[in-house]
Amino acid sequence: MSREILKVENLSMRFGGLLAVNGVALSVKEKQVVALIGPNGAGKTTVFNCLTGFYKPSGGSIMLDGEPIEGLPGHKIALKGVVRTFQNVRLFKDMTAVENLLIAQHRHLNTNFLAGLFKTPGFRKSEREAMEFAEYWLDKVNLKAFANRPAGTLAYGQQRRLEIARCMMTRPRILMLDEPAAGLNPKETEDLKALISMLREEHNVTVLLIEHDMKLVMSISDHIVVINQGTPLADGTPEQIRDNPEVIKAYLGEA
Amino acid sequence: MTRNLKQALFSALLVWAVAYPVLGLKLTIVGINLEVHGTSTATLITIAVCSVLMFLRVLFDQQISSAWKSSPNMPVMPAKASNFLTLPTTQRWIIIALIVGALVWPFFGSRGAVDIATLVLIYVMLGLGLNIVVGLAGLLDLGYVGFYAVGAYSYALLSHYYGLSFWICLPIAGLMAATFGFLLGFPVLRLRGDYLAIVTLGFGEIIRLFLRNLTDITGGPNGISNIEKPTFFGLTFERKAAEGLQTFHEYFGLEYNSINKVIFLYLVALFLALFALFVINRLLRMPLGRAWEALREDEIACRALGLNPTIIKLSAFTLGACFAGFAGSFFAARQGLVTPESFTFIESATILAIVVLGGMGSQLGVVLAATVMILLPEMMREFSEYRMLMFGALMVLMMIWRPQGLLPMQRPHMELRK
Repeated sequence: MSREILKVENLSMRFGGLLAVNGVALSVKEKQVVALIGPNGAGKTTVFNCLTGFYKPSGGSIMLDGEPIEGLPGHKIALKGVVRTFQNVRLFKDMTAVENLLIAQHRHLNTNFLAGLFKTPGFRKSEREAMEFAEYWLDKVNLKAFANRPAGTLAYGQQRRLEIARCMMTRPRILMLDEPAAGLNPKETEDLKALISMLREEHNVTVLLIEHDMKLVMSISDHIVVINQGTPLADGTPEQIRDNPEVIKAYLGEA
Repeated sequence: MTRNLKQALFSALLVWAVAYPVLGLKLTIVGINLEVHGTSTATLITIAVCSVLMFLRVLFDQQISSAWKSSPNMPVMPAKASNFLTLPTTQRWIIIALIVGALVWPFFGSRGAVDIATLVLIYVMLGLGLNIVVGLAGLLDLGYVGFYAVGAYSYALLSHYYGLSFWICLPIAGLMAATFGFLLGFPVLRLRGDYLAIVTLGFGEIIRLFLRNLTDITGGPNGISNIEKPTFFGLTFERKAAEGLQTFHEYFGLEYNSINKVIFLYLVALFLALFALFVINRLLRMPLGRAWEALREDEIACRALGLNPTIIKLSAFTLGACFAGFAGSFFAARQGLVTPESFTFIESATILAIVVLGGMGSQLGVVLAATVMILLPEMMREFSEYRMLMFGALMVLMMIWRPQGLLPMQRPHMELRK
């Protein structure tokens, strides 16, 4: 079995008197697709926010490749290769699709002030490479025709795909998708499924996702973690989760 | 209909309420007393006519607007022309034409015109600098004049106490202002929107009051006078050169003419403004410039992508302030006098108005808006009493017809390989 890339143990997050996340554990191996599911308000997004440094967890440990990352600021965690999308798409709306992708490559570009001022060959080369990389991904997510459209004017499904492409610009190791299929029609959901499989097969990306669409979750996940009211409820393969009476109870309520 | 009638009556009364105290009453000084007199009947009749017109306008609002819509030749800019004007390639040609024109005309223009043009260029520089902070990074800064003051006083003090020349002090003034921008940046890192505006507003005032009360060094409210003018490679433009200096007209064997100095100052300002234009234009196409805009759009998404918002904000504040520093030191050199009263809040407001009027983030827009904002009051000196009234009217009209600014910023078009 492949190497463990992300290990979360005993994660808890407290807001005043409210314990939003309590003792959640996660283990993600390289090239796996792991889904985090649970009823509304279970604390899934809170877990995501802790993992990506938007919240400072109140307790527990988060190890990325054996290195503790809990409590680091968000941009530092992103630089280590943990990149996320948002439940309500967060694109740079007034900027074009291509510009959105260029911004995400910030770290891989020539940011030397003088080089940019005088457009040195090195700067031009770095910008050209960034454009080529952006184009490659625009093509992958079928948005090449919309390259110069402001991101805010794209259709919802396109915005979702653009957000994923933007994450890929940072060459991530773990891609965290917060409800990627929310608001997509069945056809778009199928496309999304194909896209996630492609990311894993061709680009060696590990995916951690929150999703409510059970059909999607069951078909693409290698492993599923269920949380309910902030506490871990079950943990296993899709088959195990499907038949787990506790999970059914949490979702459907007591009979 | 009754609602319309009520509204119309109210509007007519409002015209009276606004116009009568402003235009209908005249204050005259008799001895040491202030007396209030009514004005001529002509003025009163004008107000009455206005209120009747207003009454009719509101009463028949629907009929008028429908007639307006149906009339075929509406004075509205067609979308195509508007798009064409804001295309990057068109803007480049417009800019080149403007530069050539700007270089040539002062030799044929009048002295007063060249002087005003110099003032316009100072505001272009300030507008471009503030555009970085407000237009690109989206950080509302109401204390921008503070950095302008820092730049001006840096040159004034260095020249006054150490006798340093303008060209040495120019980069120093820029650096000083940039340092202040950086220092201000730290405490306001967590603030956005209204809160940021309030803090920066306070900062601008603090600098002014500080300069005003530091009487021993800055001369307090009297300021610093007799600041040296810039020289042309060591040649002064005065009639008589100071010790060890040579004058321009003697060196080139010309007749002394005071307009040479004015033209020279204009050209220096033009050079500085073009420098700012060039640097910021390049910045826009650099990762840093894009990061500024990304910060304006969505700070959280920036962080999720590994961009450090702290550095982006600080760089915007620092670079924006730096250009204000350049403008400030040139301002001090041109006036030959700096006082704290040149750096009041109204200056910040004017610069902000230039940025907003031009279209947030648009550089050509800033140039155009600076011209309008500075030229209009100068051209309408006779109406100087109503300057603020016209200012307000201009702003209202802009918000109705072109809320995005005169020349809004266009996204750069990126060519893809086929």
